[in-house]
Amino acid sequence: MSETIEDPAWIDAALTSARPQALAALLRYFRDLDTAEEAFQEACLRALRSWPQNGPPRDPTAWLVLVGRNAAIDQTRRRAQQQPLPADDIIPAPTESEAEVAERLDDAHYRDDVLRLLFICCHPELPATQQIALALRIVSGLTVAQIARAFLVGESAMEQRITRAKARVARAGVAFEAPDAIERARRLAAVAAMIYLVFNEGYSASGDSLAMRAPLCEEAIRLARLLLRLFPAEPEIMGLLALLLLQHARTPARHDALGNVVLLEDQDRSRWNQAMIAEGLALIDKAMRHLRRGPYQVQAAIAALHDRAARAQDTDWRQIDFLYAALEALTPSPVVTLNRAVAVAKLNGPAVALAMIEPLAPQLAGYFHFHGVKGALLRDLGRAEEARVAFDRAIALANSAAEAAHIRQHLDKLAKDGATARPVPSA
Amino acid sequence: MPPRVLVVPQPQEFPLLYAILCYHDEAAVACWSKAEEEAVMARLGVVQETLAKQGRLGPVARLMPTTAATTLRKDREPALVMDGPFAETKEQLLGFYIVDCASLDEALETARELGQANPGGAYEIRPLLLYRPGSAGA
Repeated sequence: MSETIEDPAWIDAALTSARPQALAALLRYFRDLDTAEEAFQEACLRALRSWPQNGPPRDPTAWLVLVGRNAAIDQTRRRAQQQPLPADDIIPAPTESEAEVAERLDDAHYRDDVLRLLFICCHPELPATQQIALALRIVSGLTVAQIARAFLVGESAMEQRITRAKARVARAGVAFEAPDAIERARRLAAVAAMIYLVFNEGYSASGDSLAMRAPLCEEAIRLARLLLRLFPAEPEIMGLLALLLLQHARTPARHDALGNVVLLEDQDRSRWNQAMIAEGLALIDKAMRHLRRGPYQVQAAIAALHDRAARAQDTDWRQIDFLYAALEALTPSPVVTLNRAVAVAKLNGPAVALAMIEPLAPQLAGYFHFHGVKGALLRDLGRAEEARVAFDRAIALANSAAEAAHIRQHLDKLAKDGATARPVPSA
Repeated sequence: MPPRVLVVPQPQEFPLLYAILCYHDEAAVACWSKAEEEAVMARLGVVQETLAKQGRLGPVARLMPTTAATTLRKDREPALVMDGPFAETKEQLLGFYIVDCASLDEALETARELGQANPGGAYEIRPLLLYRPGSAGA
């Protein structure tokens, strides 16, 4: 391999891609996250020394597991000699032969190992941001500094957050025996939701944070691919990966030069990533054959309809309305109804859509997008004054400067249109 | 009697088409940075361009990841559709088709027809990410 010596990039890629499986196997062995991480770290250091000379091993993951496991056992022994502690408690009994261990590195084990590793990050007591931070640190192997940048917080604050999250999941204790079918499905659902959170954390970025958070989308796609490779027959996981790809495909067109959000209907569709769209469409097609409808599949189908429209006016709003109705039935939520109202406005006009969202007001009073949509519908109905009130409310609730800036554009336009429509008596 | 001379035919008299099948760890390839991916594609592009100019390049295809694959086991009746790539090791890759299909259903239908003509083994159905028809052997 001529690239071996001068180009270490392949080692980085190999170590990154092996990380979830190798770390997950080490976690099963040591049943302690910190020990597993240290063992993996040591194995990576040895790989960096050994692989450039010897070339990559045939199975890098198995190599890392065995080397990491032996290194950690050595380390524990050395510690035990320096400070005689109750040895039986800390030394994992190395009773199995190498062959037995290698035997256990088969796909079925990896599958539940990786699922467990991902599931550990989804502890229900952990707030969403900590789940994401933990997954990025443990599974993806991002550095604390990288994660801190993505969350726009200081490195030591993030370090603390991750340490606390780890302590909490360690206390909670996750079963290490192979899960049964029901438990496996439960874990899959929790992990899928966590991956979607990681994606959204990147996808909702804008302005200054764009460059730092956009990589989270790619990380989420990588995790979804990993999960689908392990569970190739799960239509909802196909749907999840399809959804992420179909949304991420629009990234090159989603922001203007200043980092402001460009609405779907205003995006330059020639900049969408067609390869990603093609893969997303293939996956949703594959998922739908199972006839086991689920929220990720339906959302992916909605994204697919947008992505397939060459121009905004070609969008099949009837199908989108139908799919949102299906989503409402699967996961009833005022937010889904709000999204559906956008499709209904295109199909049946703003009055019908407004009637649809008005009952949501008590539940969505504090929701930025509710007031944004309401303002746009009122504006389309020519009720400029009420639109202004809704837009003002939206700005007050905006989660980011970019969201506020976007609504301000509406307000400016409203003011301008108002000025031309009703000439104000000169002062 | 003059000694018999063994005349070896020159390659250009019997041009052969070779398939070069690309194998790699897809998870590792997926970890390439954008810059690395582009660098690899640029290097490959140079090689491909030279081959194309010489009229020696046939179809080039990049497949979607195995997560987009479906496998049709045609060693039983009816043939069995399974999600995921072909993963057995006791069978070998003997050939491939590139077929224009509107959907996975249509691709599976086509694969079933081929399978009825030639039962046994399996077909892996994998959508293409990139396809250039090429001209060698045309």
